[in-house]
Amino acid sequence: MDKKYTPIIGMEVHVELKTASKMFCSCKNDPFHASKPNIHTCPVCLGLPGALPVANKKAIEWTIKLGLALGCKINTLSKFDRKHYFYPDLPKGYQISQYDMPFCFGGKVKTSFGDIGITRVHLEEDTGKLIHQKVNGQNVSLIDFNRSGVPLVEIVSEPEIFSSAQAKEYAKKLRQIIRYLDISDADMEKGGMRLEANISLQKKGEKTLPNYKVELKNINSFRYLERGIEYEMKRQAEILDGGETPVQETRGYNAEKDATFTQRIKEEAADYRYFPEPDLPPIKISDEWLKEIKSDLPLSLDSVFKSWKEKHQLNSDLAELLFETASELLWLNRLFEETAKAKLPVDKLVNLLVHKKLKAELFKTEVDKIIELYKKETVISDISDDELKEVIGKVIKNNPNPVADFKKGKTTAVHFMIGQVMREIKRKIDFKRLEKLIISELSK
Amino acid sequence: MNLLSLTIKDASEKLKAGVFSCRELVVECFSNIKKHDKKINAFLTLNEEKAIKKAIEYDGLIKKNKDIFAEKPLLGIPVAFKDLFTTKDLRTTAGSKIIGGYTPPFDATVVKKLVDAGVIIIGKTNQDAWGHGSSGENTDYDATRNPYDLSRVPGGSSSGSGAAVSYGASLVGTGTDTGSSVRLPAGFCNLVGLKPTYGRVSRYGIIAMASSFDTIGHMTRTVYDNAKVLEVTAGVDPYDGTTVPVKVDQYTKTLGQSIKGLKIGLPKEYFVKGLDGKVDSSIKNSLKVLEKLGATVHEVSLPHTDYAMAAYYILVPSEVSSNLSRYDGVRYGLTREVFGAEAKRRIMLGSYTLSSGYYDAYYLKAAKVRTLIKKDFEDAFKTVDVLVVPTSPSLPFKIGEKTNDPLKMYLSDIFLCPVNLAGIPALNVQSGFADGLPVGMQIIGPQFSEQLLYKVAYLFEQETQYYKIRPEFKNG
Repeated sequence: MDKKYTPIIGMEVHVELKTASKMFCSCKNDPFHASKPNIHTCPVCLGLPGALPVANKKAIEWTIKLGLALGCKINTLSKFDRKHYFYPDLPKGYQISQYDMPFCFGGKVKTSFGDIGITRVHLEEDTGKLIHQKVNGQNVSLIDFNRSGVPLVEIVSEPEIFSSAQAKEYAKKLRQIIRYLDISDADMEKGGMRLEANISLQKKGEKTLPNYKVELKNINSFRYLERGIEYEMKRQAEILDGGETPVQETRGYNAEKDATFTQRIKEEAADYRYFPEPDLPPIKISDEWLKEIKSDLPLSLDSVFKSWKEKHQLNSDLAELLFETASELLWLNRLFEETAKAKLPVDKLVNLLVHKKLKAELFKTEVDKIIELYKKETVISDISDDELKEVIGKVIKNNPNPVADFKKGKTTAVHFMIGQVMREIKRKIDFKRLEKLIISELSK
Repeated sequence: MNLLSLTIKDASEKLKAGVFSCRELVVECFSNIKKHDKKINAFLTLNEEKAIKKAIEYDGLIKKNKDIFAEKPLLGIPVAFKDLFTTKDLRTTAGSKIIGGYTPPFDATVVKKLVDAGVIIIGKTNQDAWGHGSSGENTDYDATRNPYDLSRVPGGSSSGSGAAVSYGASLVGTGTDTGSSVRLPAGFCNLVGLKPTYGRVSRYGIIAMASSFDTIGHMTRTVYDNAKVLEVTAGVDPYDGTTVPVKVDQYTKTLGQSIKGLKIGLPKEYFVKGLDGKVDSSIKNSLKVLEKLGATVHEVSLPHTDYAMAAYYILVPSEVSSNLSRYDGVRYGLTREVFGAEAKRRIMLGSYTLSSGYYDAYYLKAAKVRTLIKKDFEDAFKTVDVLVVPTSPSLPFKIGEKTNDPLKMYLSDIFLCPVNLAGIPALNVQSGFADGLPVGMQIIGPQFSEQLLYKVAYLFEQETQYYKIRPEFKNG
């Protein structure tokens, strides 16, 4: 990257909440597992004439929970608004969203490059899904409304991201927090989590924000986000070097070509004609309600990692690979406590678990079984040379053929013998020591 | 049986006593429809076959169990539904061509409640398309005529429901009241028409005009009948987040109680230039009747009345433009140019007032005026119990008289819209007749005061009995 410019990046991340029912009706919220299109639908999410929305309390609580986990302040009075635009997957001609009174505002996410401000976290409804395909030889667009009305949270950051790597770390961190709260699967491939980055370049030394921005949209992996931003930085730098300003537009990312491409050019800001949704009364978030939501909030991830580091010398990079949701913490804490009690190293245990060298099923297997398994894999038994020699003698006696092979110079026979000895004594023994002893016994 | 003067109360008693059957009652409705509706145009869709089948089923029920009326308080009562009411498997057009072919897969909450209470659906009634109008002439079909004088309008937007009850096609006509639409046809067709408190009756399944204004009411011949229907339709609906959990009164139980000491407010801003002298003197006479019944009359002021229409015609089109977005040509077959002129006008107005750069100057300002109007009424109700005002500044006007001047048409609602801005209830009762045409009078009360409104209206009605004057189909 040209050192002349600093990228200014703000992100908008959409996440589908996994509540049992949809945002404004009682239809099942399960767009990814529906057996057929348009089965989880009703007059409300189809936008039929006369149908009215009723807000899903759980979705509101989860949005506030996420806001709290991101250090946001919570509006004591909030409301929904209508955002108008025409699109076939939007059956009412407007999306119920939040405009000027979001549930949460003013939070922060820590990254290794510095903190990123969270402007707001608000709740809205997802749209239906367009499927373009051939039916009876004709190209048609079909609409699946299973996704219509699924609760969708939008997390808007401040333009405080200054590199592609930071953007990636931010997005990953967000997903980690969301999964930890267990409010969404945040599956990027399926579209349960969608990333958008607003990118522009600022000349080094300049203070004012650039007078344009390019929206990079529909990104479905962290890697593509990073690559897309890098491509944009190069592309925009070239335009700026040529004395021009990049066009204000929405661009997509093509992974095959590793390039971004124009999707929609925005001449001016779209006019969504927002106004307060008259079908939904404003929502008061009382102290009691907020207290209730707070009491349901798990310990923050940062403090979990901090306490593990202090108690068990466990690194967060490693620990974070072990679990996703807060509900799994209790179990892990027990495993770590028990491991420590058995005077075994927690970090080594976690290392083996993460790298699948210990074939234990987390959260399903009993804690003591895992410890037992770990011991078997790692602990070297206290055994005297005499004891060992006795077993080796027995193995030599019982396996004349490998012994003969060894004597003919086939050293691999030793490995067979080691296995036999281990099997016989059913304990973990230092490999090198055993190998040495067997060779000396065989050479006698 | 003479359907022209039959009430729900009579009908229920006679059905119970076996004087006539549900089937006979329903057949009589359809014979009236066949006789008059070619000229009146009250109906867009008839439900004859299913209605008669249902009536026969109910006759069987009555035969088996005389106590069935306790369970189904409106058993066998014919109801005509305004075409904004979503009815399962029965065409619902909103008076528009755009959804002229739409058959809903579900019932509105109010439809379900009434059907569960035993009513028989006669058909769907004509109206100003989407509820946009005061005369019924903004229908995308043929305009409804006033049964008292066929050269005149029946009042809108619930024009067909008003005419249908008036000429004996039904005992109840449902309506929606966003700015006038139940009270005006009730006033023009000599009926009792209720605009309930906002949030009293569920809006679920009622095709929305302006969501924060729409209230779900009905027209009947008498106050008792009207109260009886509200006992069924009122209440919280889990499908409508704007319904309010206030106890539903037994509205019929307190009818007949004295109104001695009742303080009636007369807002001075409503009795001004532009009010037809015949309407004015009719209301003044009615006030004398109310005084005779023990009420006292006091002048009050609603100081922001002058701004009500302006605020109304900014806020309502804003919501209209939003609510009509869903008819985008993708799902209902017809594209947006098929909208009638009035719908187009309101979509344009509303899109403009919600646009960025204009929102603060129009929508937001109007919303503030709305708060002031609401406060006007609250202040008035600190000193008086109810307000009495004319329903319309004029007598029922001629077909075509105001169609070329939308602003003139809008002003028909000048005494009605402020009530919708405030969200309070109002009841139209007949103040009398002038030149052989009905004159309507509104009794307005504070939020959830429907019981009081009925009590006042009932005594007045018993004293005056204008409801007994049935239409003669003049100028037919």
